[in-house]
Amino acid sequence: MQEIDIADLRKLSEEVKTIYGYDFTNYAMSSFKRRIKRILDLYKFPSVTVLLKKIKEDRIFFEEFISEITVNVTEMFRDPSFWREVRDNVIPTILLNHKNISIWHAGCSSGEEVYSMAILLEEMGLRDKAKIIATDLDKSILERAKSGVYSLKNMELNEKNYIRFEGKRSLKDYYKEVNGRAQMDQRLVDNVSFREHDLVNGMVFNKFDLILCRNVMIYFNQNLQNNVLKKLHESMFKYGYLIIGSKESLIWCEISNKFIVVNNEEKIYKKIKD
Amino acid sequence: MSKFKIEPNRFKAIVIGGSAGSFQGITKILSSLPADFQLPIIMCLHRLKHVRHGFVEALSIKSSKPVEEPYDKEGIKKGKVYLAPANYHLGVELGNTFAMGTDDMVNNSRPSIDITLETCAYNYKNKLIGILLSGANRDGAMGMKKIKDRGGLTIVQSPEECMIDTMPKSAMALCEIDHILKVEDIILFLKEVHKAYS
Repeated sequence: MQEIDIADLRKLSEEVKTIYGYDFTNYAMSSFKRRIKRILDLYKFPSVTVLLKKIKEDRIFFEEFISEITVNVTEMFRDPSFWREVRDNVIPTILLNHKNISIWHAGCSSGEEVYSMAILLEEMGLRDKAKIIATDLDKSILERAKSGVYSLKNMELNEKNYIRFEGKRSLKDYYKEVNGRAQMDQRLVDNVSFREHDLVNGMVFNKFDLILCRNVMIYFNQNLQNNVLKKLHESMFKYGYLIIGSKESLIWCEISNKFIVVNNEEKIYKKIKD
Repeated sequence: MSKFKIEPNRFKAIVIGGSAGSFQGITKILSSLPADFQLPIIMCLHRLKHVRHGFVEALSIKSSKPVEEPYDKEGIKKGKVYLAPANYHLGVELGNTFAMGTDDMVNNSRPSIDITLETCAYNYKNKLIGILLSGANRDGAMGMKKIKDRGGLTIVQSPEECMIDTMPKSAMALCEIDHILKVEDIILFLKEVHKAYS
């Protein structure tokens, strides 16, 4: 296949923005191009122009496009040392000053992180003190997150992560096998509100003690990362925590001085200025 | 007279891919680099997905220059040696910054060598040197082709020296390789590149 032309990608994001209001114009080009290439291969479209034509003509296909363009590869307890840090330091520190704890999973994808947090809180006996919102721009992935059904193959990796997290029980205690898939215990998410929300266009809708936005802003360019970070900052209580992916950094962002690094290894930041 | 003739300032960056059996070769190369080697070196080596620590330290100990795992959106600087971190794809953006990805594995790998090579090819065009070392799968072959297509220079470790030769042989089957070299000669080549850089 021919090399994908950046001019075609720009045209596609501009038109998608005009027609549907989703704004991919400031997504990081290298990964965006990779996602588009993947969609061309998947649907056997010969060119970006053909893909764009289909997007314009077919709203239902556009929903599929949204699902495919967003990256939904995630694990439960990804980076176990990070989850230990949340359990042993972040949450106890929040509870020194707050009776309850509000958490936002920004870009929750298929929900593995939401269930990880729920299990962590359950084992700390704090689940009833937590109010949790999990958002994603992709409707269908939110449905998957809500349903909590995962492949058993993925559960093997999740179980390994859970063991390294040093959880109190076995991950198997939190799901049962149904038709060859793992069905997570739905009680774990009875205090979680799953909502459609786009970090790029969406409004600030609440304030939180803890925001998890791990490996989401890597798909944005620096401009967009600046804008999204402003929204996240506005959505945090002073001295609240923001957690990003282990290979992300805020140091190149315009408002990085409004945060301090609490744990550089796990990329845990604290808001220190309004 | 050296066996390699390199135009002054022809190149801007070097990208190296490797997998099973490449550790020895890569450490030989890194330990032989002149301490003032100027071109950035970007390495994508297959590694354990869930072990974040240890690898970059092990490489640094053997290297004449420190090896770093970059952050997303970090600018690529002259004279630095970079390593793709565990469980992330490492790409390069136009504008010469790194871009991480957690998207699907490519050739069963994350980091995938193809992704690092392809994005480097796109960014550096004919000013790139791509080097592919020993390895047991096909990752990197397509990336080497992209480097060649964009006018860059391609080198593979000579298959008879490789512990496992699938990787260089896959690249040789897919595209034109400018030099097939033993590690010793890759080092000589890089020293010539260094001399041609002012």
